[in-house]
Amino acid sequence: MIEEIKIGKDEILDVCLKLKESCDFLAFVTAVDYPERGLLELVYNLRSLTDNKNVILKVELPRENPEISSVAVVWPAAEWHEREIFDLFGVKFSGHPDLRRILLPEDWQGHPLLKDYVKPGVIKRPETIK
Amino acid sequence: MTELKTEEYYLSMGPQHPSTHGVLRLLLKLDGEVILQATPDMGYIHRGLEKIAENRLYLQIIPFTDRLDYLSSMSNNLAYVLAVEKLANIAVPPRVEYLRVIMAELNRIASHLIWLGTLALDLGAITPFLYCFREREQVLDLFEMSAGARLTYNYMRFGGVARDVSTEFIKGTADFIKKFGSKITEYEALLTNNPIFLARTKQVGIITPKQAIGYGLSGPLLRASGIKYDLRRALPYSIYEKFSFDIPTGELGDCWDRYIVRIREMRESIKIIDQALAGLPAGDFKAKVPLNLKLPAGETYVPIESPRGEFGFYIVSNGTNKPYRLKIRAPSFCNLSIISNLLKGWKVADVVAILGTFDIVLGEVDR
Repeated sequence: MIEEIKIGKDEILDVCLKLKESCDFLAFVTAVDYPERGLLELVYNLRSLTDNKNVILKVELPRENPEISSVAVVWPAAEWHEREIFDLFGVKFSGHPDLRRILLPEDWQGHPLLKDYVKPGVIKRPETIK
Repeated sequence: MTELKTEEYYLSMGPQHPSTHGVLRLLLKLDGEVILQATPDMGYIHRGLEKIAENRLYLQIIPFTDRLDYLSSMSNNLAYVLAVEKLANIAVPPRVEYLRVIMAELNRIASHLIWLGTLALDLGAITPFLYCFREREQVLDLFEMSAGARLTYNYMRFGGVARDVSTEFIKGTADFIKKFGSKITEYEALLTNNPIFLARTKQVGIITPKQAIGYGLSGPLLRASGIKYDLRRALPYSIYEKFSFDIPTGELGDCWDRYIVRIREMRESIKIIDQALAGLPAGDFKAKVPLNLKLPAGETYVPIESPRGEFGFYIVSNGTNKPYRLKIRAPSFCNLSIISNLLKGWKVADVVAILGTFDIVLGEVDR
């Protein structure tokens, strides 16, 4: 039932507009950081509410200046998910209606969910169990 | 004489406003009492749980999940352990599945009771609040009996639950659900056909089915708009496919529909608990799972129907004893995304009714 599709970042809007016909519900959008591979992976979890068809869409972005088209025009639900990814991962969504930080204060520096993020003044928690 | 002028102005509602149910701040642009623009501002209790989870063992994350949607900790626990169990391929004893369903449904009742009490309170009715808390107290006593806590239960474990339930718990639960149906009738007598309540909720804050799906709404909000979609039926998890229950839906998608859907859901929960208690088998309450659990590399997402909607953990594992990435799909966050679009054109007093029927918990919005 679960179908996984990997696409390039330039085809995102075309693919999503096509997928919208079969998958009307966007469950979530998130990102995963892979610093050793030098990329950020965006994960779109789509579902059809009528027949439970589930599509996981994956897009790889470079870690340096990641940018991709927003899919908020396809699913309005994406608007806040994309704001969250912008806030916590620093991905820019072009064509987004209101791209601002959503959880952190506006003047926050950096993007905490990146693996190499260090908050100034915070000491790393020691490893207790290996 | 100078001429009188009118102008638009801004009103900051929250984060300490009682009807925003937590620390949501709404920046309202108003023309008199009519809302021209509503900008929600969140993050006041953002604790970075997704980042914290990357540095904790899988087992250590369970108590953190309690603090997401703190009114339904059992559902959060369940969503998390189901995701880990699926990735680690852990088999669960039959007694555990039944106990989990009983706990999740009791928690749905407790959570809906808080929602009902505070909604009525926001709209000016004080009595339902007292009634709801009277019954919720009994549910909390049951939880205290089994989990030892009244709010953050930390009850589910991988392959089991923290401890087995006593015979008093089973008797107490059976007693509670036997009486609870008539209590719901009591709440309904106060609200369902009350002219003041109807005036505040009927035809207010209408969400069309198309909007509901587009904005990724889930749970009672989606069903109030007339879409019969419940994850307990659509993608059954645990042992929900064994139980018979109805999925209540609304017609119009207004505040009153959202109210009646949740009321009916409580009645369905009674049915489910009744069946689960009747079928509760004897046996182990826990499978043997190592404390320092290592998950195979891979990823998984198991959505469950929490009292607020689709709740799920997206776990990416790289084969170690800590998650590489843990994404929390929080229903309140997704449900709230429609708010600025929805509030336009309504009056300030309607904001209270609309937010009240949204039933948001800021713990999971901010995470």
